[in-house]
Amino acid sequence: MARKQTFPHGIHPPENKELTEAKPIEVLPPPAKVFLPLQQHFGAPAAALVKKGDEVFLGQKIGEAKALFSAPVHASVSGKVLSVEDYIHPNGYPALTVIIANDGQDRPSPEIKGNDDPFSLSPEEIKQKVKEAGVVGLGGAAFPTAVKLSPPKDKPVDTLVVNGCECEPFLTADHRLMLESPEEIIKGAELARRAVGASRIIFAVEDNKPDAALSLSQHLAHYPAEVALLKTKYPQGAEKNLVYALLRREVPRGGLPFDVGVLVQNVGTAKAIWEACALGKPLIERAITVTGPMIKEPKNLLVRLGTPLADVVAFCGGLNDGANLLILGGPMMGLAQWSLEIPVIKGTSGIIALEATPPEEELSCIRCGRCVAHCPMRLVPTQIVKFIQAEKWPEAEAWGALDCVECGCCHFVCPSRIRLVHWIRLGKNTITKLKRKKSA
Amino acid sequence: MKETSQNKETLLQPTFVVESSPHLRAKDTTPKIMYRVILSLLPAVGASIYFFRWRAVVLILVSVVGALVTEALFLLARRKPVTAVLDGSAAITGLLLALTLPPSLPPGMALLGAVIAISLGKQVYGGLGHNIFNPALVGRAFLQAAFPVAMTTWIPPLMIKVDLATFATPLGNLKFQNAVAQGTLTPLRDLFWGNVGGCLGETSAAALLLGALYLLIKKTIDWRIPAGIILSLSLFTGLFWLANPRVYAPPQFHLLAGGLILGAFFMATDMVTSPITPAGTWIYALGIGLVIGVIRLFGGLPEGVMYSILLLNTFVPLFNLYLRPRILGERRKKQ
Repeated sequence: MARKQTFPHGIHPPENKELTEAKPIEVLPPPAKVFLPLQQHFGAPAAALVKKGDEVFLGQKIGEAKALFSAPVHASVSGKVLSVEDYIHPNGYPALTVIIANDGQDRPSPEIKGNDDPFSLSPEEIKQKVKEAGVVGLGGAAFPTAVKLSPPKDKPVDTLVVNGCECEPFLTADHRLMLESPEEIIKGAELARRAVGASRIIFAVEDNKPDAALSLSQHLAHYPAEVALLKTKYPQGAEKNLVYALLRREVPRGGLPFDVGVLVQNVGTAKAIWEACALGKPLIERAITVTGPMIKEPKNLLVRLGTPLADVVAFCGGLNDGANLLILGGPMMGLAQWSLEIPVIKGTSGIIALEATPPEEELSCIRCGRCVAHCPMRLVPTQIVKFIQAEKWPEAEAWGALDCVECGCCHFVCPSRIRLVHWIRLGKNTITKLKRKKSA
Repeated sequence: MKETSQNKETLLQPTFVVESSPHLRAKDTTPKIMYRVILSLLPAVGASIYFFRWRAVVLILVSVVGALVTEALFLLARRKPVTAVLDGSAAITGLLLALTLPPSLPPGMALLGAVIAISLGKQVYGGLGHNIFNPALVGRAFLQAAFPVAMTTWIPPLMIKVDLATFATPLGNLKFQNAVAQGTLTPLRDLFWGNVGGCLGETSAAALLLGALYLLIKKTIDWRIPAGIILSLSLFTGLFWLANPRVYAPPQFHLLAGGLILGAFFMATDMVTSPITPAGTWIYALGIGLVIGVIRLFGGLPEGVMYSILLLNTFVPLFNLYLRPRILGERRKKQ
């Protein structure tokens, strides 16, 4: 715990974590209906295993992963399938969704079997349990965890980084998990370490959460693990920046952390890995932070997946008058939602209610260079955007459009209020489409 | 049926804004930056009024108003919102131009300079953010070419009594009257506090540095630019001074004399016309300092700040395109 490292550039947005950081995670009562999209992860949607009228158990698999990059989906309540239909989805487009009426019994699926000694599991067995449990990265990207635990043979992983940075403003659910469930997180991390054959674990925590770092370090005695305290700076928890801050290793352009021998897992994911292996429990609930100046009673909650935002918001006292911006995730990278009927899914780390200021007029770029000075990927956002606006795709790509992690630092600091991330996203989509067309 | 019931539910909900992330913004805006620069120039404005009285007031007013009116006319002609005239950028151009003018300049010439600065220095390129050259210096360069005598006629500040006929700026004195050998080099103390002849804004280094300090603390200007200029000018003039102190003035004289401080902290740091990447910024700044040194020591003019900045301005687009920073994780091929 002696070192306190960081990465170059980045920003210091107001943290606003005091709204919820001292509040223990409460259990949200399961809702009357859950809406479980078959696409809650990065990759191909799961294939529905149930149809209208079916009775399902709590934790029963209702969607099967048919591709490598996919994850199964499980029932988060027991009850009756009302329908399998297209329904509104946090990502903005309708997606095939299993709607279940909760019978209030929480009858567990007979498929669920625990294991008294998860540490006796082989790496293959661990990966299998994680895959079956539908565990995905809970930091927000929702990348299937089993895929992450299976790096290519020629790229050995030596270090597992467990990401407890929670660098997004407002969010405190990971902080609470580290305080309330340090042992499960550590044990889950140990299983992940064994699964990939890494030699050590580093728990990365920002220095605005010294209590979380202490909580973890008190339980590390029997593990090849350490806690690293990092400077509080956004986006400290972005994978490539975190790997650089801790190990001074640079993930190559277009590569992944295992290219430099590192695997990064979020603390919530580590806990889910433990529950999958020790209890056989599939991913049916997650910790989220419900906060923001427009929420009456900000809270940290354990929420069943598929719970409509309306139920969550109602449990937190409802919205204040003037609430007009509802964000799933953090305020820097989260997605603005238009309806309270949208469900919480695996990648939802928080619900933030804000009063949005009217959109500001974009002014001309005055080449102040702040976007350059703050970009954690060391890009030149303003130049990339100029290329994109001029539809110069090869130039935009050469300057690193695809390296952009959409953290939002450039957009945050831009004094001319230019929607840099928005433009770069547009460019990324077009460049990727053109590439696909070329290779097809 | 189902759709109508859903629509009803939707109507009962609050209306939410859907916008692209990020959803937070820093407080600083372009107009705020511009007005902060204006604020930082107020000590220098005050000093110029203290030393040159009504002449300073008239020149500053004429130049600022001329710049604002020209900007408004161009915005009208280009069918852009005329409210943009209040973004502060045109006012800065007018103010900076005024601070580079000799106090005895006829106000009509100052007005012409302001019109040229905004029209040929800024609006012909497409307005704010699109110009290559520092607009105020374009205006000044025009005046220098059009009215060489008026632009090099100096009057002493009201505070000192000197024979008008022989009065010269400290740099003119150095260049044309062999001041080092004669032992008549302007004392550094006078240069610092402003008890010397020169352009409106050049007289008091102290007033300029006060404003510059404010901009540096607020991180409104890039510290690399004044640092680079001061470094290369000091090295260049210092080497000659060390070699022959009986002919060459010491570097601290060059730093305090003429338009160096105004140029290094307020002109070269113009965001639009300076590079956006650190490498480009260093080359740009070191280049400006070096060219100033060359002009002051070996050129036909006593002062070189204006031409140095304009010269390096021309390279900025190239620096921006060819000095891209290394992306995190990028491996550059060995050439």
